[in-house]
Amino acid sequence: MSGQPGEHADPAVAFESAKLGVWTFLATEVLLFGALFTAYTVFRMKYPELFRAEHAKLDRVLGAVNTVVLITSSLMVVFGVDAIKRGKARLFEACFGATILLAAVFLCIKYVEYAAKFHHGIYPRTNLFFSIYFMLTGLHGIHVLLGMGLLSYGILLSRRGRLSASYYTPAEMSGLYWHFVDLVWIYLFPLLYLIG
Amino acid sequence: MAHGTGNSLRTGIAVFAALLLLTVITVLVSYVDLGAGNVVVALLIASAKASLVALFFMHLKGESRLVWGFALFPIVFLALILLGTLTDTMLR
Repeated sequence: MSGQPGEHADPAVAFESAKLGVWTFLATEVLLFGALFTAYTVFRMKYPELFRAEHAKLDRVLGAVNTVVLITSSLMVVFGVDAIKRGKARLFEACFGATILLAAVFLCIKYVEYAAKFHHGIYPRTNLFFSIYFMLTGLHGIHVLLGMGLLSYGILLSRRGRLSASYYTPAEMSGLYWHFVDLVWIYLFPLLYLIG
Repeated sequence: MAHGTGNSLRTGIAVFAALLLLTVITVLVSYVDLGAGNVVVALLIASAKASLVALFFMHLKGESRLVWGFALFPIVFLALILLGTLTDTMLR
């Protein structure tokens, strides 16, 4: 993500290599979450009754709302990257700002869910299902936080006039990461909330 | 490199609408008891949504074979990990 203009003789090559770097990083992310998805699959097959009973304690309406929030935030990233490609820095900042706001809404809803679980005496140690639930959603939540940081960095660069129609690599790369965060939730939501 | 167009915005909105629709469908289906079918439907819909995000939001559709390789190889490894772990734990 540090591809500054002039760092590579050919900006197109610099852009392509930055992109390849992000995809490589995302590959490690797939395997990071993949280990937990594997644990989920194994325990779900071993203890189907436990998973059926426990998953019903999650609020699928809140889960669905959060899905919509993340999908919308991804659309804002698409708008933002498109804006900076056309050199519209203020519009780009507004779109990425909206994404960060939606990310905050997502975390607030997550907080409400966690608080409700703790209130009912449900903790990560309660049982296998909730161990996996808190691990997966917690790890995902950390990714949301990191994403908010990356998107803020993009806005900061733009405020300083460092992004333009000819150089928007940080915007594109942080957007790529954000879409991945959305993609992980697309699997987490049905696996945890919808099927028991 | 710079090719921002109204076209990409239209695609974005269409994908967004499809993602919303699929979310509504997967939630509605979850209230119907299909037995093992619930898992299959939920995973198929999730994979359709994930494909839409990867192909259009992450621009995989227009990417080179190299990027496709980087995108697909972790999925192959994840399948191997799942298969290996499951054959071990289920057939023990």
